[in-house]
Amino acid sequence: MTTATQTAATGNHLSTGAALLTLMKLRTFIALFAVIIFFSIFAPNFLSTANMILMSKHATQNAFLAIGMTFVIITGGIDLSVGSIVGLCGMIAGGLIMYGVALPLGYTVYFNVVEVAVIVAIVGIVIGAVNGLLITRLNVAPFIATLGTLYVARGMALLYSDGQTLPNLTGREDLGNQGFAYLGSGSILGLPVSVWILIVVALGAAYFARFVPLGRHIFAVGGNERASRMSGIRVNRVKMFVYMFSGFCAAIVGLVISSELMASHPATGTNLELNAIAAAVLGGTSMSGGRGTIGGTIIGAFVIGILSDGLVMMGVSSFWQMVIKGLVIIVAVVVDQAQRRLQQRVTLMQMAKAG
Amino acid sequence: MNATDDGDVILELKDITKAYSGIVALKKANLKLRRGAVNVLVGENGAGKSTMMRIIAGVERPTLGEIWMDGERIHLNSPADAVRHGIGIVFQELNLFGNLSVAENIFATREITRGLRGIDHKAQVEKANEFLNRLEAGISADTLAEDLPIGQQQLVEIARAVSLDTRILIMDEPTSALSAAEVDVLFRVIADLKARGVAIVYISHRLEELMRIGDYITVLKDGQITGHAMVKDIDTRWIVRSMIGSDAKDFAKQVEHEPGAEVFRTEDICLPRAQGGYAVDHVSIGVRKGEILGIYGLMGAGRSELFECIMGRHEHYTGKIFVEGEELKGRDTTRRIREGLSLIPEDRQREGLVQSMSIADNLSMASLGQFLKAGFHIDLKREKEAIANAIRNLSIKAMNPDLDVTSMSGGNQQKVVIGKALMTGPKVLLMDEPSRGIDVGAKADVFRTMRRLAGEGLAILFSTSDLEEVMALSDRIAVMSNGRLVMVVDRKDATEDMVISASAEGHKTKRMHA
Repeated sequence: MTTATQTAATGNHLSTGAALLTLMKLRTFIALFAVIIFFSIFAPNFLSTANMILMSKHATQNAFLAIGMTFVIITGGIDLSVGSIVGLCGMIAGGLIMYGVALPLGYTVYFNVVEVAVIVAIVGIVIGAVNGLLITRLNVAPFIATLGTLYVARGMALLYSDGQTLPNLTGREDLGNQGFAYLGSGSILGLPVSVWILIVVALGAAYFARFVPLGRHIFAVGGNERASRMSGIRVNRVKMFVYMFSGFCAAIVGLVISSELMASHPATGTNLELNAIAAAVLGGTSMSGGRGTIGGTIIGAFVIGILSDGLVMMGVSSFWQMVIKGLVIIVAVVVDQAQRRLQQRVTLMQMAKAG
Repeated sequence: MNATDDGDVILELKDITKAYSGIVALKKANLKLRRGAVNVLVGENGAGKSTMMRIIAGVERPTLGEIWMDGERIHLNSPADAVRHGIGIVFQELNLFGNLSVAENIFATREITRGLRGIDHKAQVEKANEFLNRLEAGISADTLAEDLPIGQQQLVEIARAVSLDTRILIMDEPTSALSAAEVDVLFRVIADLKARGVAIVYISHRLEELMRIGDYITVLKDGQITGHAMVKDIDTRWIVRSMIGSDAKDFAKQVEHEPGAEVFRTEDICLPRAQGGYAVDHVSIGVRKGEILGIYGLMGAGRSELFECIMGRHEHYTGKIFVEGEELKGRDTTRRIREGLSLIPEDRQREGLVQSMSIADNLSMASLGQFLKAGFHIDLKREKEAIANAIRNLSIKAMNPDLDVTSMSGGNQQKVVIGKALMTGPKVLLMDEPSRGIDVGAKADVFRTMRRLAGEGLAILFSTSDLEEVMALSDRIAVMSNGRLVMVVDRKDATEDMVISASAEGHKTKRMHA
């Protein structure tokens, strides 16, 4: 064995390693293009405007939740309760429009649509705050704390109407609470309102992650909690924020879905938390914390959305859809791990060579 | 001086390189271990001895290089592999299961069983006692490991390694917690093992010990082998020369300037220990503007704990802390930093850096509040300028501040942690073992930086367990021992003997009680 060939071999190894790394880093983009190209060939009408708008509406719901989830996961936590918050918030929105709030002395207060939206958003934030308090003050592991609120919130949603759907949320003219449908079915410049809201929330979140100290601290806390604490970052405050924000995102989805259907059903949002986690992970968010981007998450949400809609259009059975979705997620994580290992090896090899 | 190749080699490391993120711990190191002999390994802290042993014990895998045993190339992918090849190790840090008995510790992973009836505890205790008696340890094998004092725990570790019936036995500083009598017993056991053909690898800082029991000696410096010889051919002077190299340590020269008024003072800082007693025992200490106060102490002297109390890490400490005469009210780190204190933690990886972030983000993470516009918007331009300033001032070798912080060497990582602390604009800088785990060149850089900062009027408190360091860097020297501050003395009046004997002070009284 000669040293010359060995060095050449390792040198080659290094450059192919670097090329592979770049490919892996772009994997979410590649996946997005892959699904779009695949379905535009195999699914009829896939590229029609109507279908595009419909798909973006579907993907939007996941994307909202995934944005909140991304921040939570970056801090090293998880929020399983978002699906249930969607359900509960939808029910509260429906209830406020249909029945208002009954005060003692026989009065009933009705709120207009904007006020309803604000109240529902606050409810989402409060549930998020409960998650945050359980995790920071009472030291409950995020998985367990949010698993608990998952059940509690879902149970409350069912209790709210005794399991019944609240239909026909058109409101009444004399009460001034009409127009709820705008959120789910209105459109501005041809784009659905919910997509516009998503754009605002996503840009806001991306701005926040880069330009606001609290946003930067999210990454520090997830990367190394002890070092963050030693650097004077108020770790508990950061964690409270991410769970509250996640609750807020879930409330928006609750509003959007019930507005779209003009009805509130207590089982709405079941399993949506899993879609949100999948989207975040697909978008490159590391489950061990510290890494992730809003942009990646949005792409991840669209990959998942397009994948399920496209499969429906192709007539693939829903049982197979589940299998395929699961495989995509697993592959995403495997590639993610491989990328990290490769990256580490490449840098270590470079250092060892440099001596 | 070349060693003769008469003893037969059992294990050989060929061109071993080991890179961790941030530091190359071993650079093309070659090592031959001979059977029936004590192979001594010496070197300064961070020279790579422990890394080398962890590779032999299968705990770490080499980044490059080969391991040969009995003329065959072997791969040690796990500690179990190493055990299968007959390699045993006594680690420097104690690795006992505190919640298990001594016998269970000794026979962990190879329990004596009786078929379906499970573990034969009686037989284990009997056999364990046998090994312990050979070490004259006076330990009963059915006591819980955590109930034993440190020295006896170390004996248990040794007994476990001996019981493995190994062909190669690595001992990483086995005597660091042993009394003189216990050391004698250990040496008898080593002689016995040697006679049975076991290759012993012996790592220690105590040169007299090495001269006494060593057969072959290998000296490591900065991850490279700098000397290999037979012990009978050499003297301690040779060891020191190979260890330190021709160039003596480069400590920054003292900048002559008079320290100013006292900016920092603690009064009666106390931190109770969970097991009773105090980790920090009524420490009152003051530092003046522009002064470097070195706190010397052995492991467990309470230096880090004192710093942590000062930074508000422990909720249940008592005592008062003053900065510029004002008593600090808040008890959390965030407020302490705002009030002008800053700490460079001892454990850079666990408490200093956020490994997933870039160099730039690490530098600015503690001081983002300074770059705000309109109360919430970070002015990226100002932030970038401040980061570039910090990189220039500390001469951090960062080609691109947006690269991951782990892509840098240990010394530069340490400078990033220092830079982060300085960017908060502290009046008092606490540095816990600032030179730990960085190479010689980077150390000199860090020391120069400390001098310069003191010259600019910063008050610096640093802790170290390196005598040379505390003597060379401090304006005043404080010695801590077993939680107590036993001595504070001007550098001019301090001698090495004074400092060393003071550092054992706290333990003496304890031993008398025991």
